[in-house]
Amino acid sequence: MTFIRQILTVAAKDLRSEIRTKEAINASLSFALVILLLFSFAFDPTSETTREIAGGLLWLAFAFAGVLILNRSFARELQNDCLDMLNASPVPAPALFLGKALANYVLLVGIEAVCLPVFGVFYNVTWYTHLGQLVLVLLLATWGITVVGTVFSALTVNLRLREIMLPMLMYPVLIPCLMAAMRLSTVLIDGQPITGDDLAWLRLLIGFDIIFTSLAVVLIDTVLIG
Amino acid sequence: MGLRDKIMIGLGALAAVLLTRNIWVMLTGLPDEAFQGAIFRIIFFHVPAAFTCFLCFFLALVAGVVYLVRKNLQWDAFAVSVTEVGLAFGAINLISGMIWARIIWGIWWTWDWRLTSMLVCWLLYAGYLVLRRAIEETTERARLGAVMLILNFSVVPFVFFSIKWFRTQHPQPVLFGDGKMDEIYRTMLYGNWVPLLLIAAVLVMLRMRQENQQREIDALRRAAHSF
Repeated sequence: MTFIRQILTVAAKDLRSEIRTKEAINASLSFALVILLLFSFAFDPTSETTREIAGGLLWLAFAFAGVLILNRSFARELQNDCLDMLNASPVPAPALFLGKALANYVLLVGIEAVCLPVFGVFYNVTWYTHLGQLVLVLLLATWGITVVGTVFSALTVNLRLREIMLPMLMYPVLIPCLMAAMRLSTVLIDGQPITGDDLAWLRLLIGFDIIFTSLAVVLIDTVLIG
Repeated sequence: MGLRDKIMIGLGALAAVLLTRNIWVMLTGLPDEAFQGAIFRIIFFHVPAAFTCFLCFFLALVAGVVYLVRKNLQWDAFAVSVTEVGLAFGAINLISGMIWARIIWGIWWTWDWRLTSMLVCWLLYAGYLVLRRAIEETTERARLGAVMLILNFSVVPFVFFSIKWFRTQHPQPVLFGDGKMDEIYRTMLYGNWVPLLLIAAVLVMLRMRQENQQREIDALRRAAHSF
């Protein structure tokens, strides 16, 4: 129980400081919207073919926006040696990691919740026909992005080129997760439910989440403390 | 000349002899493949290079895990050496495949699952080298590098399965799958893996020595600065 309370305490701390400063969330949200706008110049945004790539566009925007949040996650603790204090505190590294991941998750899901309707309006897409399943895909894939991103955020926090290193290291690892998310979202936005072969993608997404959450929890001690 | 040098030279010489013999047999002893003609011989380098590449990546994982347990920097030197050699063989695999594809398919690149997966794996391990470059402190570099190797290797099966679910254009696996490969070709395929492995071993030994010397130089430099 203490473990869960520690996770929630860290997550609450991160969310509180983010809501007070809004530095990451403002940047991330406007960045996501700018990307959605830029995509409209890359191809005809009103054509029928947009539906076929809708999932891909959406997840590219989310993945780009996510990096801005994830970059701040551990970097925020560098000032005044906060990270050393957190490491020295009675909170074990896995709880610290899960707390931070949870805070990032909430922020990223929030950004997605804003972007999705905007996306629907901009591109004239009816995205809510299978809302339940779309939300499921969104929640699963975002957890994948968050958990991998938070590990790499911790991994790169002390590097000189932190802002550049994070996306460079994180995206290749995220490819299976993003591919599943893109594929499933495209199907759902096209108005079809997830059936048959596409269930395999859903399983892949769940497997990815489970394996990388476990790995992260096991490895985070080594990353943060050594 | 130490024992290590003798072993390296011996292995290298053996590799050179075997490779010369294999290329000779490939060019003079083996008949052209019925459909592809002469170009099919690229497979004798293409496939063993992929085997070597993934063997190297697997050894890098082992080295990373052992480093985290033992904290012996020799294992870190081994991890980085074996990754670099793996990337070199991965590049051989990709480039030889592209040359083959240009002639048989008429295109340099296609987003087939095997090509895409190989490219993604290559990028994953290139990322490991970039990460190492950015960290100066030796033990921190070794520690974070080892973590990255574990994460990288865990995603490799995901990459292969997920990308496989897209349609494929690559010739079906001829060793374990439905495809058939004549016995003489198969013998040559595995036979040519031996010299490539020997070359990889020599390169890893060389690179490891260089890595250890580099670490010594860095330590000396730091000691000199601290005076």
